[in-house]
Amino acid sequence: MDCTIQELERKANILRLDVIEATSVAGSGHPGGSLSSADLMAALYFKIMRHDPSNPQWEDRDRFILSKGHAAPVLYAALAESGYFPKEELMTLRKMGSGLQGHPVRGKVPGVEMSTGSLGQGLSMACGMALAGKMDKKNHRIYCLLGDGELQSGQNWEAAMLARHYHLNNLTAFVDRNRLQITGNTERAMTLDPLPDKWRSFGWNVIIVDGHSMIQILEACGKARASVTNPTVVIMSTIKGKGVSFMENNYEFHGKACKEAEREKAVRELRGRI
Amino acid sequence: MNGMRLAQRNYYGKALVELAETNPSVVVLDADLAESTKTSEFRNVAPERFIEVGIAEQNMIGVASGLAASGKTVFASTFAVFASGRCWEQIRQAVAYPKLNVKIVSTHCGISVGEDGASHQALEDIALMRALPNMTVVSPADAYEAYAATIALAELDGPAYMRMGRAEFPPVTRADAEFVIGRASVLREGDDVTLVGTGQMVAHCMEAAAALLEEGIDAEVVNMSTIKPLDKNTLKRSLRKTGCAVTAEEHSVIGGMGSAVAEFLSQELLVPLEMIGTKDTFGESGTPNQLFEKYGLTSKDIAKAAKRSLERKRS
Repeated sequence: MDCTIQELERKANILRLDVIEATSVAGSGHPGGSLSSADLMAALYFKIMRHDPSNPQWEDRDRFILSKGHAAPVLYAALAESGYFPKEELMTLRKMGSGLQGHPVRGKVPGVEMSTGSLGQGLSMACGMALAGKMDKKNHRIYCLLGDGELQSGQNWEAAMLARHYHLNNLTAFVDRNRLQITGNTERAMTLDPLPDKWRSFGWNVIIVDGHSMIQILEACGKARASVTNPTVVIMSTIKGKGVSFMENNYEFHGKACKEAEREKAVRELRGRI
Repeated sequence: MNGMRLAQRNYYGKALVELAETNPSVVVLDADLAESTKTSEFRNVAPERFIEVGIAEQNMIGVASGLAASGKTVFASTFAVFASGRCWEQIRQAVAYPKLNVKIVSTHCGISVGEDGASHQALEDIALMRALPNMTVVSPADAYEAYAATIALAELDGPAYMRMGRAEFPPVTRADAEFVIGRASVLREGDDVTLVGTGQMVAHCMEAAAALLEEGIDAEVVNMSTIKPLDKNTLKRSLRKTGCAVTAEEHSVIGGMGSAVAEFLSQELLVPLEMIGTKDTFGESGTPNQLFEKYGLTSKDIAKAAKRSLERKRS
């Protein structure tokens, strides 16, 4: 797709608005980590990734794995905005009988590549897809969004070792480094810093960006694509709840939807930027 | 056939070599045990489709999932303890739930592992795997069945778990016997009692049946080589005739093949059932024969259980 920076920034706020509306109607869900990754999702779905909403099974498509599966609302919003399914369906989020399950399920929604939600597993799945791409001599890329809190889970580092071992330069991981997990500060739960050093020591290319700077995200993706030997991780400094004043840096909105008055305020703020 | 002893894992390796030639979608993963699980056979002929993941079973399952989501038919192997237990929740989330085409094939199940001791003797894997929705559970009786089951699994589109032992033992089926997933086979017909075995215990059931015959008891032996889905028809047909049963497995009596049979019988066909398996205990180091004796898994134990089952039918 050929969106300008301004259009991508606008798309990100449309996704944010959809996240607020869908989780509010659902009465539950995880808005905080959905809002922090909205800029990346807009960049991926409306600029970076080669994909075709009218042909979700296109063999040469780029693949996206949402390892932090609780950010399902922003994935669903990106898919709907891309045209994989009608936007009205976003209002069925978490409802009985809806494909939009609380956490993403492969096969239930066009465009959802993998079932996630149990943290710490997405990078392994992405490695498998990247290996398949290499085996089949394909040029498509694999993108995987990780939460920072889930990096406390050891399986990520097993996958990190494997990705370097097999030189999966067709794999790009993003860390939504918003520094908050369900109980509060990530560093209080279990120290992750110095996070870039950890990835470097596993042999990855490490790029640190402001996760709310569209230009920086796009540049990082370009650099990742240029890597000829190693996988790349883009560590995005982000703000949990980004875009809604009272949700920003508030861990209480990790897994809680807006009440009606909050929803109105959030919608007003976001509409002002669309 | 007399005296010939074959290891199931060797025939798994042979089957993978056949698949390397016949099925370009097959990819094999192992977690640093390829020489033991015999996936090394596949690695030697198709190195570009073999992936060593190191000692990292959880990652192995995730990688298998991603490969399967990309159209591959994935075989992932390690010892049964690690294959079923270490990465159970990964199997649940990344394989069973999305219904992906991953075959988790384990070796070194049960106490016949022997000297390595309880840390390496999986006695819970059937229970763990059959509790998962979408999961097929296969437990071949011998090396020939291990071969045929591997070929059959490659044709099945969906998640499956297969368990095999470490040891060599005499085959009980024919090399050219057909293997149909979900279908049990009657290896010996009899009217008095049904011995339902799985894995290596099928051979023990055959021995028990021979011993029982000398005492005038005519036992039928059913090879329950698929544990899930359970072949209820074969069970029903046999038990309507014999009216009593023994199950025998190299696994805990909690949650294993015997439990699966008991779940079925208690709801559809109430007959006396005796269960041979380990009794809520870990194993230990020893020779396989010593351990089979101590944990009550010999053909003598099966024969005794058959008599108990018969008595209950008659009383």
